[in-house]
Amino acid sequence: MLMTNLLTITPWPALSAAILLVLLIAALYLARHTAHQAIHAVTSALARGFRLASHSVAHAEERLAARNREVLLAAGRDAKERMVEREFARVADTARKDLANYPDMHRRLSEAILRIEEDQEKAVEVPPEAPGWAKAVAVIANLDARNAGADILADIHKSMVKAHGEAMDDYRKASGERHALLRKMMPDWRMIQETLVRVNKSVASVIERALVIDRHMQEYETIVRGEDRALSVLSSSSLVNFFVSMLVLAVATAGAAINFTLIARPMAEMVGGTSFIGMFRTADIAALVIIMVEISMGLFLMESLRITRLFPVIGALSDKMRVRMIGITFVILLLMASIEAGLAYMREVLLQDELATTALLRGENAGVLVNGHLWITTMAQMGMGFILPFALVFAAIPLETFVHSLRTVVGLTGIGVLRALALLLRVLGNGLRHFGTLAERIYDLPLFVPLWIEARIAAAAQSAHAVQPSIEDESLQKVRS
Amino acid sequence: MNWRHFVAAALLLTACSPPVPHNTGVYLLVDTSGSYNRQVSKAEQIILFALSRLQPLDSFAVARIDTASFTEKNIIAKATFDDRPSTANQQKRAFASRVEKFVDETRPAPYTDITGGLLQAIEFLNEKKTGRKEILIFSDMKEELAKGYVRNIPLDFKGFEVVALNVTKLRSDNFDPREYLSRLEAWRARVEKGGGRWRVINDLDRLDGLL
Repeated sequence: MLMTNLLTITPWPALSAAILLVLLIAALYLARHTAHQAIHAVTSALARGFRLASHSVAHAEERLAARNREVLLAAGRDAKERMVEREFARVADTARKDLANYPDMHRRLSEAILRIEEDQEKAVEVPPEAPGWAKAVAVIANLDARNAGADILADIHKSMVKAHGEAMDDYRKASGERHALLRKMMPDWRMIQETLVRVNKSVASVIERALVIDRHMQEYETIVRGEDRALSVLSSSSLVNFFVSMLVLAVATAGAAINFTLIARPMAEMVGGTSFIGMFRTADIAALVIIMVEISMGLFLMESLRITRLFPVIGALSDKMRVRMIGITFVILLLMASIEAGLAYMREVLLQDELATTALLRGENAGVLVNGHLWITTMAQMGMGFILPFALVFAAIPLETFVHSLRTVVGLTGIGVLRALALLLRVLGNGLRHFGTLAERIYDLPLFVPLWIEARIAAAAQSAHAVQPSIEDESLQKVRS
Repeated sequence: MNWRHFVAAALLLTACSPPVPHNTGVYLLVDTSGSYNRQVSKAEQIILFALSRLQPLDSFAVARIDTASFTEKNIIAKATFDDRPSTANQQKRAFASRVEKFVDETRPAPYTDITGGLLQAIEFLNEKKTGRKEILIFSDMKEELAKGYVRNIPLDFKGFEVVALNVTKLRSDNFDPREYLSRLEAWRARVEKGGGRWRVINDLDRLDGLL
C-alpha cells in the first residue's frame, strides 16, 4: 500500500521509482560514514565480547586441568601408598614368621652339626695293623730245612691265617659300625638341607618383595615429582578403570534386577498388591528397598574388612569395633539372604496358586499343570535368592573404582568441553570481525555510482593540487628573475 | 508469598487430597425369567471370565433378575477381593463354586424386573466406592413386571458403564425386528439419560473388550 502510494508521486510510476531510487541512494550515501561506524562498533564489540569469553573459558579449562592433575596425582599417590603398605605388610609377615622360628632353627642346626661332627670323628677309619710275621718268616725260610723249619713255617702260616681271619672280622665289624654312624648322619643332613631350602625360599621372597617395593617406590617418586609420564599413565589407567568398573557394575545391576524379580511378587503378600506410593507399587518399592539395604550392608562389610575405602569413618574405627561391625553386617546379610530365599520359595508357591486358579476359571483341570520336576526350579530360585545378596557384596569393589575414576573422567570430559567452547568462541569472535568488514562492503554495493563519482572528483582534486605548486614555482621564479 | 511458601502450600494440598481409587466394581445381573433361564449356563462363562480379569481390591457381585429384583436376597455371590494375591485367589475359587451351585439349582422366574436389579446394582457399587463401575446385564432386556411393582423411576447412572450381554432375540422379535431394536434403543436412552454409558456385546467369544 505504502509502495503503491510512493509510486504515485508522479504520474509515471517508472519515473517515481527512479526518483525514489536516487533519493534512497543519496540518503544511503550521506549516512554512509555513520553506518560504517555503527557496523564497526557493533561487530567489534561482539567480537571483543566473544574473545573475552573465549579467554575466560580457556582460563577455566586451565584451572580445571590443574585441578584434574592434582586429583590424579593425589589418587595415584594414595594408590601407590596402599600398594607399598601392603607389600611392607607382606614382608613383615614373612620376616615375623621366619624370624620367630630362627632361635629354634639355629639350635636345631647347631645340634645337628655337632652330632655330625661327633659321628664323623667316630667314623674315622683305623687302618688294620700290618702283620709282624714277615721278617720272622724270612729268617726261618733261610734256615736249613733239617732244623724243622718247614714245620715252623707251617705253624706260622696257620697262625697267620688265623690272625688274618680275626683281623678281617675286626675290620668288617669296624666298617659296619662306621657305616652305621654314617647312616645316622643322613637325617641330620636332610634336616639341614630342608632348613636351608626354607631359609632360601624366605630370602628369595623377601628379595622379590623388595624388588616390587622398589618398583612401586620409583613410580611413587615420579608421581610425587608430578612428571608428565606419570600423569599420562595415571590418566589412561583411570580411564581403563572407569570402563571396566562400569561394565562390572552393569553386570551387578543385572543381578540386582534378577533379585528384584525374585522378590517383587511375594512382597505383594506382605505389603499388599494394589497400594501405590506415587506412581510405583508399594510392593516394588519394598523389594527395591530390600535390595538397596543388602547392597548397603555389603558396602559396610567391605569397608569394615578394609577392602574398600569409601567411608573414612569406618576405616578409622578401632580394630575391635571393626570386627564387631563385620559380625553385625554379616549377620544382617545372612538374615536378608535367608529372607530372600524364603520369598523366592513363596514366589513359586504363589505362581502355582495363580496358575491353578486361572486354570479353574478357564474350566481346565488344574491337576494337568502339576510338574514332577518343579522342585528343581523352586530350589534354583531359592539358591539364587540366597546367593545373590552375597554376590552383590562384591559390587562394592567396582563401585569404589567407579567413583574414584569418575572424578578423573568427568574432569577430562570437562576439559574437552571447555576447550571446544573456547575454540568456538574464538572462531565466532574472529568471524564477527570479518563479518563487520563484509557488511560495510555490502552497504557500499548499491552506492557504487556516487562512490565512483566521489573517487573521480578526489582524483581530479589530487591532480589539480599536484599541478598548482608547479605554477606557483614558475611565478616565484619569474618574480625572482 | 515467596516460592518456598508456594511449594509448601502445593505439597500440603497434594498431601491432603483424598486418594483416587483405582479399583473396579462389577455387578452382574443374570436374567432367570422363564424364556431366558436356559441361557444361565452361558452366564457362568462370563462370570469366570470376569473373575479371571479382576484384581485385588476389586468388587464383584452376581445377582439374579426375577419377579422382584430390588433386594439383597437376589445377590447370589459377592466379594471384595483381598489386597494379598493369594487370598484373592482363594476368594475367586470360592466365588466360582457358589456360582456353579447357583447354575445347577436355579429355577425359572415368572417375571423380569430389570429396573429393580439395576437399582440394586447402583446402590451396591456406590456403597463400594470403586473407581470404575460396571453393570453387566445378562438378559434379553425385555422387562415384565408383576402387578403392583412401580419401576417407572429415573436412574442415576453417572460414572457407570452398563453392558448388555447376550441380548437374545425373542420369537416376537423375529416377526417384527423393530421391536428388538426399539427395546435396545429404549434402554440405551434410559442409561444415557441417567448419565451412564451403554454398550451391547452379543458375541460371547469376543469378551476381550470387557473389563
